Amino acid sequence: MSKNYHEFFEKSAGWLAIGTVVAISFGTLVEITPLLFLKETTEPVDGLKPYTALQLEGRDIFIREGCTNCHSQMIRPFRHEVERYGHYSVAGESVWEHPFLWGSKRTGPDLARVGGRYSDDWHHAHLMDPRSVVPQSNMPGYPWLDENLLDGELTPKKMEIFNKLTKGKMHANDEDGVMYSAEEIAAATDSVKGKTEMQALIAYLQSLGTALK
Amino acid sequence: MSSFWSTWIIVLTIACIVFCAVILTWNLKNHVGVKEGESTGHDFDGIEEINNPLPKWWTYMFYATLIWSVYYFAAYPGLGNYKGFLNWTSSNQGIKNLAESKAAVEQNKVEGKNVQLDREYAAANETYAKEFAKYTNRDIMDLAYDPEALKIGQRLFLQNCAQCHGSDARGQRGYPNLTDDDWLYGGTPDKIKETLLYGRKAAMPGWGDALGEQGIKEMTAYVLSLSGRKVNDKEAAAGKTKFGMCAACHGADGKGSLAHNLPFGAPNLTDNVWLYGGSHGAVEETLVKGRNGQMPAFKEILGEEKIHIISAYVYRLSRPEESSK
Repeated sequence: MSKNYHEFFEKSAGWLAIGTVVAISFGTLVEITPLLFLKETTEPVDGLKPYTALQLEGRDIFIREGCTNCHSQMIRPFRHEVERYGHYSVAGESVWEHPFLWGSKRTGPDLARVGGRYSDDWHHAHLMDPRSVVPQSNMPGYPWLDENLLDGELTPKKMEIFNKLTKGKMHANDEDGVMYSAEEIAAATDSVKGKTEMQALIAYLQSLGTALK
Repeated sequence: MSSFWSTWIIVLTIACIVFCAVILTWNLKNHVGVKEGESTGHDFDGIEEINNPLPKWWTYMFYATLIWSVYYFAAYPGLGNYKGFLNWTSSNQGIKNLAESKAAVEQNKVEGKNVQLDREYAAANETYAKEFAKYTNRDIMDLAYDPEALKIGQRLFLQNCAQCHGSDARGQRGYPNLTDDDWLYGGTPDKIKETLLYGRKAAMPGWGDALGEQGIKEMTAYVLSLSGRKVNDKEAAAGKTKFGMCAACHGADGKGSLAHNLPFGAPNLTDNVWLYGGSHGAVEETLVKGRNGQMPAFKEILGEEKIHIISAYVYRLSRPEESSK
């Protein structure tokens, strides 16, 4: 009678856990780890600009309101997507995104290149009451964004965090090599204070996808 | 990709496939120490674990996936820098700007690369290019009375323009009605096409600070009087004295920039067409805050061929009754 080798894993939770981790690690090690070091995925596209303080605040509102639950920001390289939304998304557009907002659900349309597609006024009308401009829309309205004012207290801190996260990933010809200079961070609070959340969100939306030109 | 990461990927991927194959093969033999078909001695609630071999259908499928993976890694890119014998790729991901993107498409053609997206476009071009070619060289005026062209125009309009101008093209507050033959930038076929290609950006400044509360009141009265509305005559007369600042764009007669062949898109104030509403309050709001209506440029989004046809559709919208020019 040979020894039952299965018992080794079946009767020791510790070794079973280690064995499981080894088994599922292959995918991560092969598909994700190299991307953290590749040129193609760490170098920005030529036209990429840091978010302004207002756009940065708008981005946080986009996250807070759960826009990613219904809107992706990732145009796949298929003709039917490119025709509808514009040039397919490339890695160099997302290198400064933390966290990235590619999303995976499209109840509404993709927003990766919505910047410039509609006027600010349209976005305002649409966010207040989507059905005022698109009668068949099932998007909820976000009228409170027009009332809430930004105080900008945390804006400088957010910018500092972005400086840390994007270290070493700025444009090659960027001399100081940081996303936001000390002056920009110092002026951040004043530049967003008193603006509505609606203005911030629209500023963010208008910036989307405009870097690839 | 550096050769280090390429090697890293190749070694780990192949190791994983071999690992799966070894585990599977090893498990096909009985290593439990219990004869096949006999109880392993595990028994719970009357349910007994029998030492049965792995199901045959499952085993063969597992082997099939392993064989498939070998073919897949040989044919498609997956093993580090190895591109696969089909020379296939989905798109040109390394690009840094649109010029590079266009250059890459041409380069792929020269090199005979098998790029999925380029192929999809080539196939679509074969079908649609000859359809659009029928219309591209024809005059917009001519297309505006061609039912086939109008059908295409309507489809394109509904997909791309209806979000603002409405599916009936009658517009809404802030978005012009395209069916009334009242134009801000010109309603000739060429002007419509120009608007579609390059967009328009209106710039009515806010006069709240310059005019003050009383000034706004007076100007509102005068503006409304231009289209024959009943207003306070004294206020209107006072407003008229300051209309010079408006005349630069709207013309001294208030008939708008188009009547004076100017490209500002300043509306005619003497008719009863109001983009942002003609109520007392709405006109006042326009004067205080200004208006900055914006038509996006569609040249890059749709391309000139489609815009040519949409121009014809839009031109015809305000002439529904005519059956020919």
